[in-house]
Amino acid sequence: MNEKTLDHIVELKGVTKTYHRGRERIEVLKQLDLEIETGEFAALMGPSGSGKTTLLNLIGGLDHPSAGEIHVSGQRIERLGSRALAKWRSNHIGFIFQFYNLMPVLTAQRNVELPLLLKKMSSKERRDRAMTALEIVGLTDRAKHLPRELSGGQEQRVAIARAIVSDPDLLLADEPTGDLDRDTAGDILELLQTLNTRHGKTILMVTHDPAAADRAGRIVHMDKGRLLEEAA
Amino acid sequence: MRQTLAITLQNLRSIPGRIGPSLVAVIGVAGVVAVLVAVLSMARGFESALTTGTDPENVVIMRSGSSGELDSGFDGPTTRLITQAPQLAFASPELYVVVDLQKKSTGTQANVPFRGISEDGPAVRDEFEIVEGRLFERGRKELIAGVAAAEKFSGLEVGNTLQFGQERWDVVGLFSTGGGATESELWTDTAILQGAYRRGNSYSIVYGRLQNADDFQAFKDELTTDPRLSVKVERETEFRAQQSEALSGFISVLGYGIAILMALGALFGALNTMYTAVSDRSREIGTLRALGFASAPIVVSVMVEALLLALAGGVIGAAAAYALFNGFAVSTLNFSSFTQVVFAFAVTPDLLVQGVILALFIGLIGGLAPAVRAARMPIVSALRE
Repeated sequence: MNEKTLDHIVELKGVTKTYHRGRERIEVLKQLDLEIETGEFAALMGPSGSGKTTLLNLIGGLDHPSAGEIHVSGQRIERLGSRALAKWRSNHIGFIFQFYNLMPVLTAQRNVELPLLLKKMSSKERRDRAMTALEIVGLTDRAKHLPRELSGGQEQRVAIARAIVSDPDLLLADEPTGDLDRDTAGDILELLQTLNTRHGKTILMVTHDPAAADRAGRIVHMDKGRLLEEAA
Repeated sequence: MRQTLAITLQNLRSIPGRIGPSLVAVIGVAGVVAVLVAVLSMARGFESALTTGTDPENVVIMRSGSSGELDSGFDGPTTRLITQAPQLAFASPELYVVVDLQKKSTGTQANVPFRGISEDGPAVRDEFEIVEGRLFERGRKELIAGVAAAEKFSGLEVGNTLQFGQERWDVVGLFSTGGGATESELWTDTAILQGAYRRGNSYSIVYGRLQNADDFQAFKDELTTDPRLSVKVERETEFRAQQSEALSGFISVLGYGIAILMALGALFGALNTMYTAVSDRSREIGTLRALGFASAPIVVSVMVEALLLALAGGVIGAAAAYALFNGFAVSTLNFSSFTQVVFAFAVTPDLLVQGVILALFIGLIGGLAPAVRAARMPIVSALRE
């Protein structure tokens, strides 16, 4: 019953998310329906506080909705417990954060290997797969460098390598170029496009930047917790 | 397991980046452990001073109902009856008085035991030896001083003359008994001491050495069933243990009291450090959990860090206590005899183990709450930190 066809890798039905601040009830997402097809590169745009990141977190299984159904990669996830959800995330989702979120004490290669520690594989296999991921993002020569020895753009490439290393179905990127200059941001967006077109990765990207959103195949606008018109 | 190991290693590798608070926790725990070990080693040293040099063959005979040498006493005929017991190889009827001497460290007066021993006195203490000068001559106002007494009190140099009341005494030698409380005493001929202190033919106590340690019960029965005697017979080991009980108990209570108060302080230090560690790394912890790592390995990693910091503190504190205090000699008032006992702090292995266990306890308590906080923090909040 929970299995969905994989034409829609993401399917949200009537998703609502409310927070309570003291006695005040804040509805961040209101009865939201959304479908994202497998292989799509979609951008989620909207002003601050419109609920973009909350939506991304719900799709990534980092948070639970107050109401509604969330199906991702054929799994209904909103009822999963934290342990099952953690395992599910490790198998299906790759996260890319605005501030990269690399482990400062680990080299680029070790950072990329992190998600593979959750899989049964030899250290050699882990290393090989991490190097392949670094090759895809063009950073094999920085494998032994610590994050502090890398530029912002290089750090984000390492983070992207970490996101793809376990071959997830869906990449969720939260403002991936928000901390980068225009040129570097362009390189990162080009990399995401390549991952989408050449490697077939489905990507959902939250962004403020219209130029960044233009790289996506589909733009979904949000405001005040609701989806607005979509631009192709 | 793999997750736990990976996160724990990463956690430990990040300690240099948080060296300040980590050092505060380590030093705090080290301080607690050092104080605990030092204070307890004082109690242990005191006990050891009073029980060292006592063999199972050694017995002590006092007047029935007396609690120590000061309030015990026998007349001459009674003493003769005691010393004639067939189980005894040697017997030394002794007179015990107290004299005033000046402490070298503070210049204040303190009570020091002055003991008159009989000819068998040295034979009863089989580790007795003269380390400087010679034994006193019987019939002369000469005394020998224990090495611990000579170290702590003024005027006990060989060749010096001391005046107690109207009498002058020549210090002719220094003796050792292989450690123990007797090294805090002055010794002379019993007969001379009886005369000087107008004690007639009376004695305080009889020290004896049995021919065989197994004869104790027979010896005790022989004396306690004799209707002419009213005596208390104890092995010297038991007698010494009773003598040390009051003070070593007091020191232990004091030691644990101070250590508990300090441990509370160190506990808050450790809590603060671990909360800082967790708070500094909350985004890292959130990221790991977003990647699919479970909560339990994160709890374990924080606990391991807290325990390792506490262990480091414990080891440093125990080592410091050993280096600074082991063998450090002090003198104090023995509550049982109201005389000064010189003893050395004894930092024994079991005290070091106790110190390290206390450190680990502090680490456990200090790490638990921050570890649980790290694991329960919502991932979304952790990522925003």
